[in-house]
Amino acid sequence: MTAAPSPSVASLRKEFGEAIERHVVSCGDTIVYASRDRVHDVLAWLKDTPGENYNYLTDITAVDYRDPELALEVVWQIRALDRPADLRVKVAIPTGQPLEVPTVWDLWRGANWLEREVFDMFGVLFLGHPDLRRILMWETYAEGFPLRKSFPLRGHFSRSEQTRQALAGQPESHYSLEELSIADGYQNLPADVRERLKQGKRGFVE
Amino acid sequence: MSTRTVDVALGTSGLDARGRPITVPLGVQLQDTGEFEVPGHFDEAFGAEHMLINIGPQHPATHGVLRLVLELDGETVRRCIPHIGYLHSGFEKLGEYRQYNQIVPLTDRTDYLSPMANNVCLALAVEKLMGLEITERCRVLRVIACEMSRIISHLVWLGTTGIDLGAFTPFLWAFQERERIYDLQESWTGARLTTTLTRVGGLMADIPDGWEAGLRDFCNTFPKTLAEIDSMFTRNSIWCGRTQGVGALSADEAINSSLTGPMLRASGVPFDMRKDRPYLGYETYDFDVPVGEHGDIYDRYLVRMEEMRQAVRILEQALARLKPGPINVDDPRVVLPPKSRAMSDMEAMIFHFKQVMEGIKPPAGEAYLGIENPKGELGYYFVSDGTAKPVRWRIRPPSFLNLSALPKLCEGALLSDVIAINASIDIVMGEIDR
Repeated sequence: MTAAPSPSVASLRKEFGEAIERHVVSCGDTIVYASRDRVHDVLAWLKDTPGENYNYLTDITAVDYRDPELALEVVWQIRALDRPADLRVKVAIPTGQPLEVPTVWDLWRGANWLEREVFDMFGVLFLGHPDLRRILMWETYAEGFPLRKSFPLRGHFSRSEQTRQALAGQPESHYSLEELSIADGYQNLPADVRERLKQGKRGFVE
Repeated sequence: MSTRTVDVALGTSGLDARGRPITVPLGVQLQDTGEFEVPGHFDEAFGAEHMLINIGPQHPATHGVLRLVLELDGETVRRCIPHIGYLHSGFEKLGEYRQYNQIVPLTDRTDYLSPMANNVCLALAVEKLMGLEITERCRVLRVIACEMSRIISHLVWLGTTGIDLGAFTPFLWAFQERERIYDLQESWTGARLTTTLTRVGGLMADIPDGWEAGLRDFCNTFPKTLAEIDSMFTRNSIWCGRTQGVGALSADEAINSSLTGPMLRASGVPFDMRKDRPYLGYETYDFDVPVGEHGDIYDRYLVRMEEMRQAVRILEQALARLKPGPINVDDPRVVLPPKSRAMSDMEAMIFHFKQVMEGIKPPAGEAYLGIENPKGELGYYFVSDGTAKPVRWRIRPPSFLNLSALPKLCEGALLSDVIAINASIDIVMGEIDR
């Protein structure tokens, strides 16, 4: 815990000042807490500034602590490919505030699925993401966000209800509207499905 | 157009009005031969508009339960929309309810084509969290486990990709060699697939007597089989025609898409966790990292072939370094004391009791550790609050990120190339869906 932080921390503080809330060194990894409004600028600066050059996005994830008082953290793990330097940037979202952070899809295309997964599992909204849909759970999944600590291990619904919904979900019979635009598939849908889509009922299980 | 495509894809029965299966080939103008009644909506001209095609989730060429929705213009892919999640098991959530050593069996089941490497990554991540230094023999044995995994994983990739592109014989050769590694894994851990090899601070068991001879025999004879497979593929005109220039990705795009492993190196980026972020003393081994030039399927094939040869080199060096010694760290916090001591020594008994009843307790903190798995960088990210169970166990899955580049790779390719491109990514759905 006594190891020196990455030299990028000092330059980040110089560049962004107050927007860098604090930094921690844990097990040799440097963690930088940035403010939510500036995190996109911070990551873009780290990516494009010569000398920093963190040009590779390793991972995006989130951490929900067991203590409900603690903030939920969104984590970006970034890396410089040309030298042995890794950095973890975090944004802490205090309890009660909306779970929204800016997308980094415009910086790294690899963020596309990673952000969808964090949205799927934690319900964090990545503002500006072009296609923020559920990715691992099916689209009509109604139990909530599985990796939140408030989500019980066995889920919110009873086992029989879960089985019923999973079987009724029929993910193969669902197409996103984008997919239905292919071949004008919308007009060929059964009338009741068209009716449901018109009412915006996609995503609900009755 | 494509009324039929949508109907069938939407999960309707695919039967015509008389209850017979509709067997009209897609994209072909239907001729009314009078043999059976043609539903009226087939009268529209086929092929005039874009077509929606659904592949999977149950399809042998998708290498697991992957579902692809394709937009076709004739035979050219305009858009590819993958759907995943059919094998989602919630491993990350399960890990939060388990002690650290109890998570090891879960890692077997994520990337089940290289279970030993996953076990090693988990142990290394927890050891980083606790600041543990493992013994030299354990280090060498873990290197052997990682490189054996690399060979079997690449052999599965080679065999199945060969089948996807119409070459059956190399599949048999590859699986025969893979069987020999599975035998070695079985005699080491007792299991062929669910190895659960590592424990925090060491291994579940040392290798049995005479085991090295089996591995040495494999190292001596495997390159010959590899050369035979090489002679079947590398200058085969069908293989070259199906793979060269197909699914190419530039170095910048590969970095921007967060690709790792052979996918990244085939595009010409010389990044290998074993060289650039060394772990287990990989910096002291003498091996080369193959790097591709064109980033197409053929280069991915060449990179994986060369990685297998280099893995044999590393295995030989590791076997030469294998000296007798302890495999577990001498730390009563993480490794159980021998039973004889636990029954005779008060202190040893207390440690035994605490470990069994409470489990290993890393200090509060967090650690990310990535290793070079056969499919790319596998990373485990642990957050601990000082209790025996992690607050968060994140798997950074290599094939999840590699697969996310599929829509980009498929754009403008032919439908038959989608199968080849998908195979070249080397996906395993157990890890993508977790």
